[in-house]
Formats: sequence, structure tokens, C-alpha cells
Amino acid sequence: MSGWASHLVIGPIVVPLVAAAAMLLFNDRRTWLKRALGIATTVALFAMALVLLQTVSTPAADGGPARPLVYLLGDWAAPFGIVLVADRLSVLMLMLTSILGFAAMVYALARWDRAGPRFHALFLLLLMGVNGAFLTGDIFNLFVFFEILLAASYGLVLHGSGVVRIKAGLHYVTINVATSLLFLIGVSLIYGVTGTLNMADLAARIPHVPASDLMLLEGGAAILGIAFLVKAGMWPLSFWLPTTYAAAAPPAAALFAIMSKVGIYVILRLSSLFFGQDAGAAAGFADTWLTIGGLATIAYGVIGILSAQTLTRVAGNYILISSGTLLAAIGTDSATVWAAALFYLVSSTLAVAAFYLLIEPVERGERDELAPGAPGAIFEDEYVGTFDEEEDESGIAIPATIAVLGGGFILCSLLLSGLPPLSGFIAKFAIIDGLLIFEDTIAPTTWALIALIILSGLAAMITMTRAGIDLLWTPADRPQSYLRVVEAAPIALLLALCFVLMVQAGPVMGYMEATARALGQPHLYSEAVLSAPRISQPPVAP
Amino acid sequence: MEIVLALGIGIFTASGIWLLFRPRTFQVIIGLCLLSYAVNLFILAMGRLRMDAPPIIERGVAVDPSQYADPLPQALVLTAIVISFATTALLLVVLLASRGQTGTDHVDGEEKDGEP
Repeated sequence: MSGWASHLVIGPIVVPLVAAAAMLLFNDRRTWLKRALGIATTVALFAMALVLLQTVSTPAADGGPARPLVYLLGDWAAPFGIVLVADRLSVLMLMLTSILGFAAMVYALARWDRAGPRFHALFLLLLMGVNGAFLTGDIFNLFVFFEILLAASYGLVLHGSGVVRIKAGLHYVTINVATSLLFLIGVSLIYGVTGTLNMADLAARIPHVPASDLMLLEGGAAILGIAFLVKAGMWPLSFWLPTTYAAAAPPAAALFAIMSKVGIYVILRLSSLFFGQDAGAAAGFADTWLTIGGLATIAYGVIGILSAQTLTRVAGNYILISSGTLLAAIGTDSATVWAAALFYLVSSTLAVAAFYLLIEPVERGERDELAPGAPGAIFEDEYVGTFDEEEDESGIAIPATIAVLGGGFILCSLLLSGLPPLSGFIAKFAIIDGLLIFEDTIAPTTWALIALIILSGLAAMITMTRAGIDLLWTPADRPQSYLRVVEAAPIALLLALCFVLMVQAGPVMGYMEATARALGQPHLYSEAVLSAPRISQPPVAP
Repeated sequence: MEIVLALGIGIFTASGIWLLFRPRTFQVIIGLCLLSYAVNLFILAMGRLRMDAPPIIERGVAVDPSQYADPLPQALVLTAIVISFATTALLLVVLLASRGQTGTDHVDGEEKDGEP
């Protein structure tokens, strides 16, 4: 890539930032302008992710594996400047983020974007923070992007206002501010030991850390890990997650599904870079802890999902189960399992996002306590309309609503419980297959993981069946619920993508396997970043 | 020098954590502020303590890096201060909203018996 195309790597960060900033210039009454800008931005993000995906999966000219794209900000050579790195894993996550962003943005058109001020700007800033966290090659910038995505998510949790959201929001903000401090302690301990914050440089230096400093380094990495595990929702750091996500507005909650995957992504990235096979004395650090923590998280999620009384809690606990499965899979340190886990990550994120979007129409009329009222204007340019005020332009109502909702609900149930034939089944099957395939003797934790993966599917199925009978089968004396096209379309899009994952499982799994292989070779990542040529200084011919 | 800094960080952290576990929202905010002071000092300490050493080297002069302080932790502290300032401001807004909506300054939004 050369010329303008080489700047594409920073696009997923700059485009939403500029669009969000531009939105602040317009009055909140100009809803359609903001909507158009928001949707155009998410489409642009998807297009950029697509081009990047194509670039990083094209093999290098010399026939070797594809090299990650490295972008040196301000043309300062790594490790002195700030770098952005787009490799297979980051681009996969960018892709997933842009799809979820688009779906949630379209869904919000129906009414949620009018439940409070500045929805679109906050939404795009959240996308920017998430994209930045996936692209950065530097742990301090990771902190900065984490703070951006957190700050935007604070706004989105509170979007729509109301006592439930404010209570949940207060806890959520406090927990995350405290975790950010742990993040900083971890980063500074690692800097104190190694003298660098660049991930590639760290990967190159960690094997040479003297044994006397190893304890400090591992302590720093563990404290840093806590910050991500809180995000990912590992038991016992997960108590806040179902409550907060249940309180958030549906489109925000759907986007938060990717936010807990940011934690998983960072754990996967850092443990593969810092504590992979090449890491000398530090190799394999915390793998056992991740496995055990993951198992405990699945168990906690299973109990939570069985005892959940509302669908939003079911979804929140499902996020815990999926985080637990991923963490335990990361702890196995095997490329086959990692590839399957990445497939599971994509499938479960799409499924749970679709489910969050589906919950509100299904439960509509059943309970109203979360439906936002009409709060008074906080800013003078704010649009204050009552929530029931319908606008014809938001889309037409679909006839046979119950049939559509019921169909979506059944598909979601199949995906969440991992039943065949949908992608949830393929993902779980691949993880179990990966766990068993190369082992001569199977460790007790592996058996426990397999048992819990199957059990969690059963628990999800029981709960979903119960809820489905209750909400969709029993004749309701409540008014006929309605569904708009703009609400049904994003749900259909997300579920259709799960179908595509099922039909195209072969090629997708091929991409995941190549990604997992690349994660197993951190030295290639380090070399690519540290030898990235500066524009002002042409590379010396070898 | 080291002992003073270490004591300072320790006292800030201890007070901060104690306040963080208090039931009133204002105490929680002050606790988070104190914790962030402790963390900022800690980051600075990770760049090794140096007295009277400039962090910026002069252009074009051959320099001995051992005569200079590490500039990076200082830059990190600045960023961390700005970010924690912003999040504290945001938390204050949520605190006020919570006080206004629930009528209490308890962190759970409702008064419980037997708590100060």
C-alpha cells in the first residue's frame, strides 16, 4: 500500500472522531442530518474494514505470511513514536465493530436516538475508542483509547435517563474509574521494568528481563490484566455487567456487547505477544489463571442465566458465559483452540447483539419501567419530545409482528444455546474439537471446560424456552405489539450474518486459523513493527 | 526522598480505598481523587527519582543521558491527570443526577438502616 491508501489504517479512528465533532456543530433538532451522518460513518467504517481485511489477508510478495500493516504517527520510528498496527486480529475486530455499529445505529432510528441528547456523537465516539483500542500498538495509547470508549459509554449508559439508569450508571462509572487506576499502575510497573511501552518492543524485550525483575513484570502484567478482566466480566469482577447492560438502552447495550470483547481482545493480544512460547522465563504466565477464571465465569453465568427473570439479564449473563468460554480457551494456549475461539467470539457477539435488539420489541407492552419518559431539556438546543410521539418517516409497521418476533427469537435461542445448525453450534463444536484433537492425556480442566460449554448451552436453552413460552406463546391480554422495519432490519442483518458464518464456515475458519497462527508467532509482529520504514527515510536495501 | 514518596503514595492509597468503600457518593469521589494522586506519584516514581535533572535534552549537543530525568513518565502523568480530571467531572454530574432523582446521596440510591 502506498500514497493515500497507507493512511487507511488510521481511518477507523479519524473518521468517527471528525464526524462526532461535526455533529456538535448542529442543533439537536436537525435529527435527520445527524442520522444520515451517523449511518454514513458506520458504512464508511465497514468499507475501510473491508479494504483492510483484504490487504492483511493477502500473502506477502515473497510468498510468506501476510505482514501486519504498520502506521507510524508523525513519521517517528517505532518504538519512539506512537504506532498503529493492523493485523488479522485487529481487522477482524474492526469488521465486527463496524457491523454492530451499523446495526445499532439503524435500530436507534426507530426512537431511541431521540430519548436523550447527543446520542449519535456519543455513539461514534464509542466506535472511535473501540477501533482505537483494536488498532493501537502501544499500551499507554491503549489506556487513552480505553478512556475514550469508557467516557462515551458512560454517556450511553445514561442515555434516556431515569432512576434505574442513573443508579447503574453511578456504579458503572465508579468501577471503571477505579479500574483505570489499576490499568495505570500496571502500565507504569511494566515501564519501570522494561523501559518501553510499545507492544512490539515489549515482546522483544521481555525474554531478556533478568530473573530478579521478573516478579515485578508479572505483577505489573497481572494488575494490567485485572483492568481488562473487569471489562470482559471475569468472575468475580463481573457483578456490575448484567445490571449495567440491562439498564442501558437497547442499541447501546448491543454495542456494549463488543465492549466486553475489547477486554478479551487485549488479553489475547497481550498474552500472545508477551507470554507466548518465545518469552523465556515468563512464557505461559497466567494461562492457568485464565482457564480457572474462565471456568468460574461460565459457572457463574450458567447460574445467573437460569435465575434470570428478565430477558436483558439473560443476555447479560450470556455475555458472561461467552467471556468465560473465551478466557478459558485463551488459557489453553493452543492455536487450534484459539482459531475456534475467534469464530465463537464473532458468532456469539453477533448473536447477543441481535438478542439485545430483539428484547425490547418482544417485551414491549410487558413492562414499561425502563421506557424513558420525557425529561426536561438539559441543553437549550435539545429536542424534547414525548416518547410516544410517532413519526411516519421512521418506517412502517410490519404486519404479523408476532411471527417475525417469534422467528427472530427462535433463531437467537438456537444461536445462544449453540444448537445445530447455526454458527453457535459450529463454534462450540470447533472449540471442543480443538481441545481434544492433539491431546494424548486430557487434563481435568479440559474436561471441566467441555462439560461447562455443553452445560451452558443447556442452561441457555432452558431459559430461552421458558421466556419464549411466556412472552410469545401464551395469549396476551396486552395490546398487540408492533414492529417497525427499521427495527426488524438490523436484527435480520445480524442473524443473517450468523447464517453466512454457518454457510461459509470453511473460509471463515481458514481466516481464523491463519490469525491464530500469526498470534503464535509474536516475533513476526515485533519485526514488522520495529522495522517499519519511515516515509522520509527510504528503507535500506538488504 | 524515596521514603517520603513511598509514605505519601501509601497514605493516599489507604485513605482513597477507605473512602471508596464508604456509602456516600461524595466520599467515593474524594476517594477516587486521592487514589488518582497516588497513582500519578507512582507513575512518576517508575521513571526513577531524580533531583534537579532536566527532562529535555538540547538539540545538536552531545549529551550524557544519565544526567537527565526520564521524560516519558512525566508525559504519562500529564495525560493521566487530564483524563482523571475529566472522568471526575463526569462522575460529579452523575452524582448530582443521582441525588436529584433519588433524593439521597447513598451510592445505591436508597437509604439503608445502620449506615452512617
